[in-house]
Amino acid sequence: MTATATSRLSGRPDSPADLRTFLHGLPGVDKVGIEARAAALGTRSVKTSSKAQAIDLAIRMVDLTTLEGADTPGKVRALSAKALRPDPADPTCPPVAAVCVYPAMVPTAAAVLAGSGVHLASVATAFPSGQAPLDVKLADTRDAVAGGADEIDMVISRGAFLAGDYAKVFDEIVAVKEAAGPAHLKVILETGELGTYDNVRRASWLAMLAGADFIKTSTGKVPVAATLPVTLLMLEAVRDFRDRYGRQVGVKPAGGIRTTKDAIKYLVMINETVGDDWLHPDWFRFGASSLLNDLLMQRTKLTTGHYAGPDYFTLD
Amino acid sequence: MPKSSTPSRLAVRKTYKLYVGGKFPRSESGRTYLVDGDNVALASRKDARDAVVAARAAQPKWAGATAYNRGQVLYRIAEMIEARRAEFKALGVSGAEVDATVDRWVWYAGWSDKIAQVAGNANPVAGPFFNISAPEPTGVVGVVAPPSLLGLVSVIAPAVVTGNTVVVVASNPQAAITLAEVLATSDVPGGVVNILTGSGAEIAPWLASHDDVNALDLSGIEDAGLATDLERAAAGTLKRVLRPVSGVDYTEDPGTGAMTALLEIKTVWHPKGF
Repeated sequence: MTATATSRLSGRPDSPADLRTFLHGLPGVDKVGIEARAAALGTRSVKTSSKAQAIDLAIRMVDLTTLEGADTPGKVRALSAKALRPDPADPTCPPVAAVCVYPAMVPTAAAVLAGSGVHLASVATAFPSGQAPLDVKLADTRDAVAGGADEIDMVISRGAFLAGDYAKVFDEIVAVKEAAGPAHLKVILETGELGTYDNVRRASWLAMLAGADFIKTSTGKVPVAATLPVTLLMLEAVRDFRDRYGRQVGVKPAGGIRTTKDAIKYLVMINETVGDDWLHPDWFRFGASSLLNDLLMQRTKLTTGHYAGPDYFTLD
Repeated sequence: MPKSSTPSRLAVRKTYKLYVGGKFPRSESGRTYLVDGDNVALASRKDARDAVVAARAAQPKWAGATAYNRGQVLYRIAEMIEARRAEFKALGVSGAEVDATVDRWVWYAGWSDKIAQVAGNANPVAGPFFNISAPEPTGVVGVVAPPSLLGLVSVIAPAVVTGNTVVVVASNPQAAITLAEVLATSDVPGGVVNILTGSGAEIAPWLASHDDVNALDLSGIEDAGLATDLERAAAGTLKRVLRPVSGVDYTEDPGTGAMTALLEIKTVWHPKGF
């Protein structure tokens, strides 16, 4: 980043022009380089006891998610029960990090999860498009927190961001953060709609400057969801942000991570780039639903010595 | 001017690879072995795992295809074997055996829309109900195949004709992979038949204990002790196990036993209105 932008921006931006200057002063992303680096890190092989530890860590990092129009209270209760005891046959299997649902389902999930230590995340702010007036988004957020959610997954207004109206996006995040109160705020960038890596870097810094506790790749509702290069870019952003402002921000890739192999690639990438400060469920999460079943099958393979099949796990 | 001589042509030699999910990958392990001077991929347990994933993914759609359609696809396989007759003969398969192999596919192709009439039934019951038993495919079948081409076909065809998908461990790799090339060009959906070349003793235990394999055909296992161990491992997930008595003559009329062993009977009760 350029020296002028750095010196002019200390803490919060003073004006929309300042913010714009700062975000456009961020260095451009080497597309070929970051993709090659992510691909190279994806070739590491993790075996035996290291693999067992990686699987347990990945399970503890899962935000078990159901975001469907067809969600029923029964399905949310079943999912919450699974979050507490992912493998009912094995008490040594750890619980997941959180359950992630729509605001209308928050009270249902809260009743199951109360006092368990498993967090309850709710998407809010007119998920997944974010195309709603600000007061609707804030009411959405307050309802979710009042219902018992202690983590809020908000979406940014990609329309405003792509139109260059960074100040509007910034102010919205600040307002939602205030409405969320004590709840952790995860900001969904929807990287699949941002178009370029440069935009992902700018959106990451924008969200962190506005007060995000987590930056999250995707809603899972558009064709391009979490990828390794995008997550690597966001990890570099949270590392640089902590170096600069002393505040640590978490990262959550979501959508399209379905296998244990994929999950372990992400863990290797964290370890090799930002270090093990982020190798903890407080600072890294997987937004996923079917990933948990594959993690459980691989875990069963390691404990029993033979290949597991989906017939022996709940379908969700 | 110097007289230029035509350089002798470099031979293009074939590596026989695995057949998994409709593709021809090398072994995940990178291993190969020599069979009669040919390089052949030596499958590992992870290749078996990948093959089971491919077979499972293909199974619902294959079972959901109409019996008429499955019969057409099997008949097409017979046509394509006929077209590769010279290739099989070059591998040492006799003309009579190729004939028998083609006839065996056609024979099984015909069963696709007839097996339900033979294995199913409309049952008389003491009440105002239609009571119907219908055969359904067991699912994914692990097969250790006998070495001959006719034997190989005689274990694959009865499993797939009814809607099962198979993971086959073949001990006669060149003929088996040539058959895979036939399958790949015969409208058989990828994943319905998966062929691994290598050692049955190495791979079969992983198929026997695999939670996502529903049945096991041990036709190609000669070692009685190994077969017993495999049966024991298969019992852990209540698999159906076929363990034919040794010395099967595959040229004889196979009967329907090989098909019905890999079927589950579903019985439904339907009230009669009036």
